[in-house]
Amino acid sequence: MSDTFFTAPPEWRWLVIGYFFVGGIAGGSYVIAALLDLFGAPRDRPLARLGYYAALIGAVVSAILLTVDLTRPLRFWHMLIQSESGWPMFKWWSPISVGSWGITLLGLFAFVSSLGAVTEEGWLHWAPAGKLRRGGLSTAVAVIGMVVGFFVAGYTGVLLSVTNRPIWADTNWLGLAFLSSGISTAAAALILLGLARGGAATATTHWLARLDSGALVLELLALIAVVISLGVVASVWWSAWGALLVVGVGLLGILVPLALHIRPRLLGHVSVPVAAALVLVGGLLLRVIVVLSSEGV
Amino acid sequence: MAEPMGFYTDTTVCIGCKACEVACKEWNQLPAENGGIRELSGESYDNTRRLDGIHWRHVKFVEQFPEDRSAGRWLMMSDVCKHCVKAGCLEVCPTNAIIRTEFDTVVIQSDVCNGCRDCIAACPFGVIDINPASGTAQKCTLCYDRLQAGMEPACSKACPTDSIQFGTIRELRQRAEQRVQQLHAQGEARAYLYGADEGMLGGLNSFYLLIDKSEVYGLPTNPQLPTRQLFPSSILSTLGALVLGLFGFVSLRKHRMEEIAAKRREDAGEGMGER
Repeated sequence: MSDTFFTAPPEWRWLVIGYFFVGGIAGGSYVIAALLDLFGAPRDRPLARLGYYAALIGAVVSAILLTVDLTRPLRFWHMLIQSESGWPMFKWWSPISVGSWGITLLGLFAFVSSLGAVTEEGWLHWAPAGKLRRGGLSTAVAVIGMVVGFFVAGYTGVLLSVTNRPIWADTNWLGLAFLSSGISTAAAALILLGLARGGAATATTHWLARLDSGALVLELLALIAVVISLGVVASVWWSAWGALLVVGVGLLGILVPLALHIRPRLLGHVSVPVAAALVLVGGLLLRVIVVLSSEGV
Repeated sequence: MAEPMGFYTDTTVCIGCKACEVACKEWNQLPAENGGIRELSGESYDNTRRLDGIHWRHVKFVEQFPEDRSAGRWLMMSDVCKHCVKAGCLEVCPTNAIIRTEFDTVVIQSDVCNGCRDCIAACPFGVIDINPASGTAQKCTLCYDRLQAGMEPACSKACPTDSIQFGTIRELRQRAEQRVQQLHAQGEARAYLYGADEGMLGGLNSFYLLIDKSEVYGLPTNPQLPTRQLFPSSILSTLGALVLGLFGFVSLRKHRMEEIAAKRREDAGEGMGER
């Protein structure tokens, strides 16, 4: 029996699962928005702006979910400032410590980039914000923000592994699985948001679908690596959880969307939104299964 | 720093009286569970079940009887926080609530903890839990307040058979070694020390003398620090980010090239149409 079975569960449930899902989308949205901002065409601008707004809202919602989950919520700031001395609190070897700063920074970068975005849209007339839309400052913000976005999308998997709990601490591939899932769910969310706002699929939508496909392939490989690396502990998933993982995540959340991306004619003009919706459901299910199957041991 | 202090628990003389559990709850003013109305667990004489937020000492009863219960024994062991020299809980705590004291014990400062529960997931022995009274993670403090007053912990003081012994780690290890030799000489060849050397998490400042495999007592065989996963996991994730970032960049350039080519075709087509 793996030594991880002698430990106690931390009671991380729906609020934490919700955060893993929303945080992954927030981080991924910023990455996508920054990619479009740095390397995309002018017609990609609307979705880049949407990505920054999604990252901002996602970061704020993430902070709320995590704060409410604490058993002493009003002390959330203890993770950023040492409560006894007032100095900054930071432990690079503690994923939650680095993550608290990561979410804070993501929120900040998303706010700054959103300021630039609303200026571009004409809703804000503030000259300094114009510097955030072009030039050296905007490039620096996008590049550093992209790194922060990648971090927020993937560190939660690492956080689960840096424990001694069954499944989580029995593999090193959860970080990669969550990161690729974060990028793919963000792409899917932006596809749906873009369609909801704009109506028809654009060339940017098709690029998002291509990025989504790449992330889905990486996610599938990472999940296979997770199962193999679990070894005998994978027997925990010889159960309803495992069935849900294979059908809900593997099939409906990854393979079917991939098929719809490659053969859009399968469902006609609803192929793209259906694929995106399935990716989101699969992404949520992945986090539900990984967290709750371990909590149940 | 003063000399490292802690517990040596000789489980062979434990009589399962639970004086340690009672003394601990009394000294730390821990509430009774369920208003004092307890359901029997059905697990031998153990109705505490496990260490949790309001149980910082837990006497385990491991029954080793054959089917007809003709002969056999209980293995009794008072479980507690191991006060590891390399403590997983201390490592991951993001608020620095968990500290190492001058006695080399591990203590959770209840006024700093915000209840993120990472320590609960990190402890290889499943010791920590949230105390509903405080809303913070709590566990054995090795009676830090009593130690600072020059007293010994409540549980070791109450133990009637000296199964739980308190002292300097150096002295406790010597005593424990002698006891193991004595047991071996008496024919109990399975006696051994669990956590009495640096091999296990740098040494446990609450170590045990056991006479069966550790799993039988519900203790992990080879407990590890949670940060053993940090570098491998982070490196794999970073590689993934690089791959996806590169894929995003390359596919976006292709997407731009396609747009430029399409626009050129459009312009050329218009030009032809005009003629």
